[in-house]
Amino acid sequence: MTAAGSKCKVCKGPAVIDLPRHNAKFCAEHLQQLCRRQMAKAIEDFDMLSPDDRILVAVSGGKDSLAVWDMLIEAGYQADGLYIGLGIGEYSTDSGGYVRRFADERGLSLRTIDLRDEYGYDVPTASKATGRVPCSACGLSKRRLFDQAALDGGYDVVVTGHNLDDEAAVLFGNTLRWDIDYLARQMPVLPATNGFPKKVKPLVRLTEREMAAWCLVRGIDYVVEECPIAAGNKHLSYKETLNAVEAKSPGAKASFYLGFLERMAPLLAGQSAAASGALNHCTQCGSPTTGDVCAFCRLVEKSSAHEPVPVEMLLTRGGKVRRR
Amino acid sequence: MKVLLRNPRREIEVEGGRSVDRLLDDLGLNREAHLVICNGTLVPGDARLEDGDTIEVRPVISGGAT
Repeated sequence: MTAAGSKCKVCKGPAVIDLPRHNAKFCAEHLQQLCRRQMAKAIEDFDMLSPDDRILVAVSGGKDSLAVWDMLIEAGYQADGLYIGLGIGEYSTDSGGYVRRFADERGLSLRTIDLRDEYGYDVPTASKATGRVPCSACGLSKRRLFDQAALDGGYDVVVTGHNLDDEAAVLFGNTLRWDIDYLARQMPVLPATNGFPKKVKPLVRLTEREMAAWCLVRGIDYVVEECPIAAGNKHLSYKETLNAVEAKSPGAKASFYLGFLERMAPLLAGQSAAASGALNHCTQCGSPTTGDVCAFCRLVEKSSAHEPVPVEMLLTRGGKVRRR
Repeated sequence: MKVLLRNPRREIEVEGGRSVDRLLDDLGLNREAHLVICNGTLVPGDARLEDGDTIEVRPVISGGAT
C-alpha cells in the first residue's frame, strides 16, 4: 500500500476512513470520538439512559450489539449482556462464540438463553411450524425473551444495537406501506408501558459502516458472515436501495430518518394500538397482547411440537431462503 | 494482490495499482456498504493498493427484518 496522504479532519494525522456524510476523513482516534459524541447526543436528545440505570444489552455477536455494549461500558454505564441461541446451525454456534469471548475478555456479565434447550424449538423449526418467514419467527422470539429477561432481572432498560441504517430501512418499508401503526411506534425510545420494559437504541445516529469501523479500530472480533436465512429479505433490499441513494447524495439516510423523528413522529404520537393501551393479558403467560393468547405462546406451542428442522432445509440449492 | 471477499467467503487475485474507491467500483460494490482493510489496517477511499498487499473487502450490511 502506498500512503494516500489523506488526513484526519481533526488532527491531520493519517486517516483510516472517509465519511462522505460528514464530508471528512478521520484517524482511528477521532473516528471513535465522533462515534462517542453521536451516541451521547442520541442518549441525551431522547432521554434514553440515566447514569445509574441497570442496562440489559441484547447481543447477537454482530458488530452493532458488541459495539454498543463496548461503548456503554466505556462511557461508564452498568450494562450486562443477554445472548439468545437461535439454533441457526453453524451461524449460531459462531455468533455465540464471539459474544462469549467479548464478555470473557472484558469481565462482563453475560446471560445466555438457548431456544432449543429452554423452549423446545429453534428458529428454522419455528419458521416451518408457523409459516412465518424466518426473520419474523426470530424477531418475535428475541423481542419477547429480551423483554421477559429485563423484567425478571430488574433491569431499568433494554438496549439494542439498531443503527441508522436499520432504522432508515424500517422507516422506508413502513412508509412504502403507509403503515401508520408501525410508523407511530418507530421511535428510538419505547417507554416502559403496558407490561413492556423501556427499550432504547443508542446507535440511531451512527451508520453500519461507522459501527463496523468502530469494531475494527477497537479490535472487536464479531461475526462478519450474514445470517444464512436472512439473505435476500426485504429489509436488506431496502438497505441496498438507501445506500444507492446515499452514494449519490451523502447524508440522505440521516436526513430521511432523523428528519422523520424531528418533524413527522410528533404528528403520529398516540396513533398506535400499543400506545393507546388497547391491550389484553395473554391467557397463558400474562404478557401484554392484542388478542387472547400472545403470538409468542402460539409460536412456542406449534414449534415445540414440531419435528426439528435443520437450517439447510430452509435453503434452496442456490443458498437462498425458501419463501412461502 | 489477494482480495478476500465475504458472503460468501472467497479470495480473488486483482492487479494492484489502484485506489480503494477504484477497487470497490471495479468490483461493483457500494462504498457505503463496505470497508477495506489493507495488510490488517483500515484504509480510506483514496489509499492506493499495490501488488503484494493483502486486502479484505468487508461488507457492513447486516440484519433481519425484525
